[in-house]
Amino acid sequence: MKKLLSMSAALLMVAAPALADDVKIGVILGYTGPIESLTPDMAMGAELAMSEVNDAGNFMGGGKTLVSVRADSTCIDSAAATAAAERLITADKVAAMVGADCSGVTTAILQNVALANGIVMVSPSATSPALSTIEDNDLFFRTAPSDARQGEVVADVLMDKGYKSAAMTYTNNDYGKGLADSIKMNFEKAGGEITISAAHEDGKGDYGAEVAALAQAGGDILIVAGYLDQGGKGIIQSSLDTGAFDVFYLPDGMIGDSLPEAIGPDLNGSIGDVPGTDSPGAAKFAEMATANGFAAGPFAPESYDAAALIILAMQSANSTDSQTFKSHMMKVSNAPGEKIFPGELAKGIKYLRQGLSIDYVGASAVELVGGGESAGNYAEIEIIDGKNVTVGYR
Amino acid sequence: MVTDVLNALVLIANFVIVPGLAYGSQLALGALGVTLVYSVLRFSNFAHGEMMSFGAMGTVLMTWWLQSQNISLGGLPTALLALPFGILGAIALCLFVDRTVFSYYRRTRSAGVTYLIVSVGVMFAIGGLIRFIIGPKDRVFADGDRFILKARAFKKMTGLSEGLSIKTSQGVTVIAAIIIVALLFWFLNRTKTGKSMRAYSDNEDLALLSGINPERVVMIVWIITGALAAIAGSLYGLDKSYKPFTYLQILLPIFASAIVGGVGSPVGAIAGGFVIAFSELFVTFAYKKVLGYLLPDAIAPSGLMQILSTDYKIAVSFVILVIVLLIRPTGIFSGKTL
Repeated sequence: MKKLLSMSAALLMVAAPALADDVKIGVILGYTGPIESLTPDMAMGAELAMSEVNDAGNFMGGGKTLVSVRADSTCIDSAAATAAAERLITADKVAAMVGADCSGVTTAILQNVALANGIVMVSPSATSPALSTIEDNDLFFRTAPSDARQGEVVADVLMDKGYKSAAMTYTNNDYGKGLADSIKMNFEKAGGEITISAAHEDGKGDYGAEVAALAQAGGDILIVAGYLDQGGKGIIQSSLDTGAFDVFYLPDGMIGDSLPEAIGPDLNGSIGDVPGTDSPGAAKFAEMATANGFAAGPFAPESYDAAALIILAMQSANSTDSQTFKSHMMKVSNAPGEKIFPGELAKGIKYLRQGLSIDYVGASAVELVGGGESAGNYAEIEIIDGKNVTVGYR
Repeated sequence: MVTDVLNALVLIANFVIVPGLAYGSQLALGALGVTLVYSVLRFSNFAHGEMMSFGAMGTVLMTWWLQSQNISLGGLPTALLALPFGILGAIALCLFVDRTVFSYYRRTRSAGVTYLIVSVGVMFAIGGLIRFIIGPKDRVFADGDRFILKARAFKKMTGLSEGLSIKTSQGVTVIAAIIIVALLFWFLNRTKTGKSMRAYSDNEDLALLSGINPERVVMIVWIITGALAAIAGSLYGLDKSYKPFTYLQILLPIFASAIVGGVGSPVGAIAGGFVIAFSELFVTFAYKKVLGYLLPDAIAPSGLMQILSTDYKIAVSFVILVIVLLIRPTGIFSGKTL
């Protein structure tokens, strides 16, 4: 046994040293924890961008290979996420990070690790409004929009559909609280009434108590600002079972194929929104994802874009040093320039090497605004016959 | 006036009594397993949640196979047919873990704390194994009729304005819990093996002197624990959907149930399960509508009339836990002190 252990340890040490021409990019997402069912597709999205560039072979004039190093953010445990990010930078020597996923751990990693080490991080899914104004030395970007914008969209959709009073429950973390506050503010400004705004914990055994309280407060619709395979789903299931609510509003964290599948026909008629766009990039990415054996699930397009932006910015700066290429992030993502869609990263790199400017559109129609966050295009969703159907864009 | 009172009662039944009975049964079955291991093997088995998850996984896999063969139970969930498979899986796991891990610490007569930490390690190992086999995703495996009684049908039937709904899974859970508990008590109190287990639990040395084979007792404890875990896990998954992550979270209310009832006391485990489940529901329920029905319109409340916000749901079980430990450290039914 001992011999076996030391042998495998020796083998690992042989395998570990990287080639000098490798450019490592950390992909730090919650592979365990509340969103562990979303993250495999997100990571595949980010790694697809890297393998696409590797296959083309023209990154940094050729000869440089992009290598993905995964690390677990856990989504909820800031200490574990910080340690994982620390490992990425000190042991794996990554040049940049895609991630983190949830707003709380993203903030922790940014403040404790990314700032201290001067490493660029691009989150595909952290949407808390607090991240817009956070001190970041221009190192933090996100391909997901702030929830301040989503709050406006939710209020608009609800008003257009004629819902004047709503009960609301949110997942008890930075994401849920930020989104709930934004929805409440915008909805009340538009003349609606939020009868109750109550938090729920994720991963709990039973949501009977939460639903009972929500049902007693009443409302025409229940806004569930949670996660689709976590508390959010439990709340909806329990509401339907007890007959408390018939229709639900589902913000971005609640949109995914698994929800209508799990709940069944009772969910028909519920509405929601998810970052999305009618740009051809989204469809192209979905095709590429299928061809590579994963689904273009929630935040997978944003993950692809996060990795792509890092790669293009490195090429634009002709450097893999975060301090140098961080200023090129906005340049490659915004107009003017040749529009670059998913699957065309090699073309983008070619243009950059010729000294031309590009406007990366990508899978989620990225346009970085403010301190470097996506401007926010939302698809309006209605659940029709057990499918999330996009009925419009906002 | 009578209809108002009936409406108020139905409202409470629908949102508190029915969900509380089902949730309480699930907690009680889980707490029974914890308490059994504690009373005979003398340690807090933190891996119990994952053992439940493992058993439920066996049931899920078998249910899928049965569904693919078009075998079903009509109105009842197919999972009931697959349950024996899950039970066998969980028993095999328990015996394997005992043989490979716990038996060593038994031989060296380790302290309870050592056991506890070891069980945490076992918990993570099983959790990882489960994710290897079935993955972290949410799995729905319930089929058959979803409801025994639907809220809308109830309203039509009675003419009341409040509905009452009872899910099939809730009915199955409560009935199964009653059967299991009856069987367990019969086993512990009436059979020779059960009595030898209780003797071993009461006084290990005396039991050994009177010729009870300790390895056999330990093996039977693990067989029963595995069966209880698989049943509790499967029923819970049937009611809510199977997701590995939640079995880590349910460990807390299960331990609270076992301690409140009195660790080592099977009756206490059951009582504790219901105390925890109902206290969470009653304290955080908003009584606005109920009071609206019962009081004249003039003094009907406009606020939510909630004693505690649902944010404090977990706090409720902990407060009860603290109170019980302060007043009766042995739990309601005088188990052993931890």
